[in-house]
Amino acid sequence: MSAVAASDRVIDLAAEGPAPKPRSQKRWTRFILPTYSALFILYLIVPIVVMIVFSFNTPAGRFNIRWEHASLDAWRNLFFEPQLTDSLILTLEVAFTATIVATILGTFLGIALGRYRFRGSGAMNFVIFLAIASPEIVLGSSLLTMYVNARVPQGFLTILLAHVMFGISFVAITVRARVAGMDRSLEEAAGDLGANPRTTFFKVTLPLIMPGVIAGALLAFALSIDDFVISNFVAGPKLTFPLWVYGATRQGLPPQVNVMGTILFAFGLLIVAAQIIGSRVKESQDRRLMERPRIVAVGLGEAAAPPGE
Amino acid sequence: MGSPTVDEIVKAGTPLLDRRPSSFKRKAAPYGLAAPAALYLGIFFLIPIGYMAYTSLWSGFLGAYSFTWNFANYRYGLETYGDIFIRSIVYAGIVTVLALVLAYPVAYWIAFYGGRRKNVYLFLLLLPFFVSFIIRTVQWQFLLADNGIILGTLKDLGVMPESYRVLGTTTAVIAGITYNFLPFTALPLYVSLERIDKRLVEAGKDLYASKATTFRKVVWPLSLPGVFAAFLLTFVPSVGDYVNASILGGPGNTMIGNVIQTEFLTNFNYPVASAMSFLLIGALLIGATIYARVLGTEDVTSGAIRT
Repeated sequence: MSAVAASDRVIDLAAEGPAPKPRSQKRWTRFILPTYSALFILYLIVPIVVMIVFSFNTPAGRFNIRWEHASLDAWRNLFFEPQLTDSLILTLEVAFTATIVATILGTFLGIALGRYRFRGSGAMNFVIFLAIASPEIVLGSSLLTMYVNARVPQGFLTILLAHVMFGISFVAITVRARVAGMDRSLEEAAGDLGANPRTTFFKVTLPLIMPGVIAGALLAFALSIDDFVISNFVAGPKLTFPLWVYGATRQGLPPQVNVMGTILFAFGLLIVAAQIIGSRVKESQDRRLMERPRIVAVGLGEAAAPPGE
Repeated sequence: MGSPTVDEIVKAGTPLLDRRPSSFKRKAAPYGLAAPAALYLGIFFLIPIGYMAYTSLWSGFLGAYSFTWNFANYRYGLETYGDIFIRSIVYAGIVTVLALVLAYPVAYWIAFYGGRRKNVYLFLLLLPFFVSFIIRTVQWQFLLADNGIILGTLKDLGVMPESYRVLGTTTAVIAGITYNFLPFTALPLYVSLERIDKRLVEAGKDLYASKATTFRKVVWPLSLPGVFAAFLLTFVPSVGDYVNASILGGPGNTMIGNVIQTEFLTNFNYPVASAMSFLLIGALLIGATIYARVLGTEDVTSGAIRT
């Protein structure tokens, strides 16, 4: 900001020719971009607000569409439909397991790709890029054809295997971005001080790349909870939460779905809040911990970066 | 204290060097690290696509399918669903352009004027990801329902004719897909805009370029990698989307995703469904290769961003 101000002054000093633009016009246009951005974010949030508000509604019919009157009925009677409850439990089970497996596999892959140039690293980057850029319907339907060909019965395991698959790519890119931006001299210092590779990894490398690992794990978890398309193809008779909701839309959704959506939303916010508070505490150790949203953004951006860059 | 001589340093360093892993171990390290995930992606991403290509050449009927190099599945698929394929591409094209135009100013504003709150704004952009996209789409369905909060209220007030509807129209489907993919458009744009050296913009100003000229000649070209990335991350998933078309659309807006889903999961017509799905990934592969080529030539620009 100060640099901009300084350059303004330079122009003012040098301004002999064209007169500077009237200030008032500048001031008025200044508000266009912020206002537009605020509206844009508001637009993104509208359905979330509707979801939360209508979780307190007492719908007259089967469709939770018009506001009738406020009550806590849906919140009190949350588990009224066993199928819905089961679907929520299944979703959480899959998400937790898939996140753990994907985070471990993806972290190692991310370290390998962020640090080394090796035979096949270009191809590996391209495969990750494809796995992320592919339409979900292709991932889901191709897995289904494999399961059909191999006669694998569809259920919990087939959902889990699929969720680990797309989780790995996202963890790998966030870790890769973090590793690539890491100061390697710290690891070399550890080696010079006599630490063996294992100690160096656990005491130096892992803490340094942790923000990337956590960002990737959160991304994998969120994507797993949210996944509809791939699960739709590989779940067989099982119903995850999004699958149940989709199946129920034609007959009208009970407000309990809004409640569960709200709880999952709050849960997600809590995790992020805990992360931010945790990193504030450790801020003196590593200021970059604060950059988690940026890492996710960069990760997504890098996901689409030209392969083998 | 005198500084140590080169000999002393070398002597002191020798035992430490010996403790380093052998060159074989160091060379093997990346392979060992990458192998488990690579194997996993091979089995659950690449091989299934092979299976899909294989299944797309089956013939017969349910329960008695056999592999016969039956390329007729592709002809049948394209003849029956060609118009839906084209419709999906047109919808996705409109969605992508809309999303780019809507998201660019926001990404620009956060990158250039976000200041210390950048991360907060980014977090707000990511907020929709905390709610299942099925639920978000269903909320739009409720919002836009014929007698929902928006249309119902307007109709009660007599501002809008009773017969007016949004659900079931092309507009609803395109708006729904655009909504769902906006964060995927905004984030890569932000990343490329944020990487731009702000001093280049100041230099443009110092050289008497107007704001518009500075944008056209400096910011826009440097943000092109982000535009391409956003294009890819929005266009490709939109082509295959079927959730918006089935929740917000009507019979006249079915997309290729709906066809693939129905053929796979309702009709169990695996060969034709696989053929359609394989065409989709084929189109993607061609697009991705072109993209890599284009960005390959763009490397000069991205190099300029970093230095």
